[in-house]
Amino acid sequence: MATRLQLRCAAFLLLLLCAQAAQAILPIEHWRTANGAKVYFVANRGLPMVDVSVEFPAGAAFDRADRTGVAGFTNSLMRLGVPGLNEEQIEQRLADNGAILGSRFDSDRSGYTLRTLSDPRWRNEPLQLMSRMLAAPEFPQSVLERERNRLAASLKEAERLPATIAGREFQRAVFDGHPYGRRAYEIETLDRIGRDDLLAFHRAHFVSERAVVAIMGDVTRAEAEAIADQITRDLPRGPGSAALPDPAPLAAAIERNIPHPATQSHILVGAPGIRRSNPDFFAILLGNHILGGGGFVSRINEEVRQKRGLAYSAYSTFAPMLSAGAFTIGLQTQRDQAGEALAVVRKTLADYVANGPSEKELAAAKRNIVGGFPMRIDSNRKIHEHLGLIGFYDLPLDYLERFVPAIEQLTAADTRAAFARMIDPARVVTVVVGAEAPAAP
Amino acid sequence: MIRSRLLRATLCALLLLPAALSAARPSDDVAVHELANGMRVIVKPDRRAPVAVSMVWYRVGSMDEHNGVTGVAHVLEHMMFKGTRSVPAGEFSRLIANAGGRDNAFTSRDYTAYFQILQKSALPLALRLEADRMRNLVITPEEFAKEIKVVMEERRWRTDDRPQAVVYERLMASALKAHPYRHPVIGWMSDLETLTVEDTRRFYDQWYAPNNAILVVVGDVQPAEVFALAERHFGRIPRKALPERKTQAEPPQLGIQRLTVKVPAEQAQVLMAWRVPRLRRPSEEWEPYALDMLEGILSGNAAARLPQRLVKDERIAVAAGAGYEGIGRGPGFFLLAGTPVPGRSAAELEAALRRELQRVVDEGVSEAELNRVRAQIISGNVYQRDSMFFQARMIGALETVGLSFRDEDLFIERLQQISSEQIREVARKYLVDDQLTVAYLDPQPMAGAPPRAAPPAGARHGN
Repeated sequence: MATRLQLRCAAFLLLLLCAQAAQAILPIEHWRTANGAKVYFVANRGLPMVDVSVEFPAGAAFDRADRTGVAGFTNSLMRLGVPGLNEEQIEQRLADNGAILGSRFDSDRSGYTLRTLSDPRWRNEPLQLMSRMLAAPEFPQSVLERERNRLAASLKEAERLPATIAGREFQRAVFDGHPYGRRAYEIETLDRIGRDDLLAFHRAHFVSERAVVAIMGDVTRAEAEAIADQITRDLPRGPGSAALPDPAPLAAAIERNIPHPATQSHILVGAPGIRRSNPDFFAILLGNHILGGGGFVSRINEEVRQKRGLAYSAYSTFAPMLSAGAFTIGLQTQRDQAGEALAVVRKTLADYVANGPSEKELAAAKRNIVGGFPMRIDSNRKIHEHLGLIGFYDLPLDYLERFVPAIEQLTAADTRAAFARMIDPARVVTVVVGAEAPAAP
Repeated sequence: MIRSRLLRATLCALLLLPAALSAARPSDDVAVHELANGMRVIVKPDRRAPVAVSMVWYRVGSMDEHNGVTGVAHVLEHMMFKGTRSVPAGEFSRLIANAGGRDNAFTSRDYTAYFQILQKSALPLALRLEADRMRNLVITPEEFAKEIKVVMEERRWRTDDRPQAVVYERLMASALKAHPYRHPVIGWMSDLETLTVEDTRRFYDQWYAPNNAILVVVGDVQPAEVFALAERHFGRIPRKALPERKTQAEPPQLGIQRLTVKVPAEQAQVLMAWRVPRLRRPSEEWEPYALDMLEGILSGNAAARLPQRLVKDERIAVAAGAGYEGIGRGPGFFLLAGTPVPGRSAAELEAALRRELQRVVDEGVSEAELNRVRAQIISGNVYQRDSMFFQARMIGALETVGLSFRDEDLFIERLQQISSEQIREVARKYLVDDQLTVAYLDPQPMAGAPPRAAPPAGARHGN
């Protein structure tokens, strides 16, 4: 109850833009386990449940180029067998306890997140299972063969879809030679992956020193400490993965036009963006909100959809990660309109980078982001995700307290400068899958 | 905007999510009030954060459309963001965004719903705007001409370029002969091409009225305050005489139906749909609960029968699952679906799916399997309370299809009581060939594709 009250008061203070952050918005507790894992914990007694995640820098970017897919397979196969228990027994026991075990996997991160009832009678076995699969996955050969075949079938299906083709080509062109340029899986390397690769990848990357544990929900600090110890105690030890390099900036514009018979052309425009640790993070967050991240009221949506009816979905995103993830503008449009839509996107981007937002746009975006802040932390799930984010990317513990002031202080000139540092509209990757010959810029 | 498959979610939700851990029942603390004009207001306090989710649900969906204007319910949903006499086009979303909120809408076969998620202090703004567009919508030819193009893009994106979506659309169009569920929510492309401002206006005038609407608010609010706000903003809107809802009953099926859908794709697929009952009288019936438990036994968790036996043990399927939409205004279906592994055919997978059903009929299900599904119902009831949006959706979906939000408590109890014998009974009674429609996706090479994407004839079920 106390926590719940704290949460409400804090959020309320925030709405009044009370500067004195004596009261934390979220009372995040942080410590390290005996073997070095970082733990982030928020108690919330409101619902009789708890979310527990463990993540490592072991995502797809940490694959070797000739073994693409090892990181992904390691993640998806860890739960499919531990010494003494096969996949069926594991899944049955999780389900018998009403627990939901989810995988977390992207270019940077690999791990698991468990949602379970907080009563020890329900939570103990799922937590124990998660601990065992993280510490000593078995990777049965037969399961590996089956999953390889399933994945190959799914990849072949996906490779026919224009969205998949566009994403793949975009990624390759934006991150030529950088780990972010590879997909999580490639058909060509699937057959090379052996059980030894998975064992070695697990041993090298799933080390306690690099583990980030996030716990949110109905447990005490003492219980949270015991949970963190349990799920990290038997992890391998070691330095873990090396830092990722930065992607090279694009030397020139790159265009890829790939014919496809689909009714819509899929268009992606972009370039490497920023690292999570980039000091421009908040300026890009705010600036992108105005350009194409703010849903119905963003510039790209306004120009492409609201004014011209060219697309159902038109947006811009950025991916601040360990390395500079992609800044991307995306849309899909009827194939004979691809040239027109692309011209609108290019003009919108060029105008925006050159001139930045208007004062009116800036104020509106700030009102939305600041006013919408309570919705970023209005459920256990969202708070839990923030804990994982703060831990994995080494954000300050008071990241959430800093969030609103950081947005508030930005000027139009700040966001314009940050965009100009991130992207040069004359040097972007443009991928069009569908129309044979979209109009030239 | 979002044309969610809420019914499926609801069904999973209803049948698998809600639960009865102990004291906490889903309908606890919910307050209801009816305005003089017939609008129902339902408020569920959730004080974990200073936030409110507001939804206005209209009891009208694509099943209330007529031939030739399919898709109009969803097109109207889009036009609801395009201005009123006092709020210009696009301004609705801008005002909500200015208040820190976000907004959207979704249309299903049974209903259309509009929502805002915002700080609780902005709730009056949301209600004022919703009340305004309930009666003052302006549909200009200019805005309509642009937005209908957006909807066509949405159709291409959701359905036309997605092989599995095409199969589902064709399956429904074949399984039903008379009931409007046979039409896709988004509408047939040719109807979208000929749809007019007048068609859309007429649909709005007919169906958008307080006596056909429900306001649902979940969040850090006092019910009495929400009721007062609702009175102020919606109370003056006059009720309307709604069009008669014709029954449009689907005639009995007279035997198995089969169809083949030839689309560019790599993998075959099989989709089987049996006509089954849906929940109409939650306290009297048991069959819909048994069908839902059957769905849970077959594919409710990673160790359930279809993923375990067909995907993992026999390795005949890349994926396999079951689905049952127990809540809804129209006819119900029990679905089995699967994708065969390369080298195995859709017919072989169909046979394997049938074997699994037959095993249920012959042998029933184990107490361990039942307890597993029950555990998920119990935990799901707790987990769903973590999302205000989900709670609001549940209330709205139940109320608009003619059930009560209070029925959720009942579902949990009734599902827990379903026995192996009852599951066998519904499988034996309903999952029979005469009630079945089967669709195969027959993968075709892609026109104008690079050579490797076009498998040689005879290899079309995989590789």
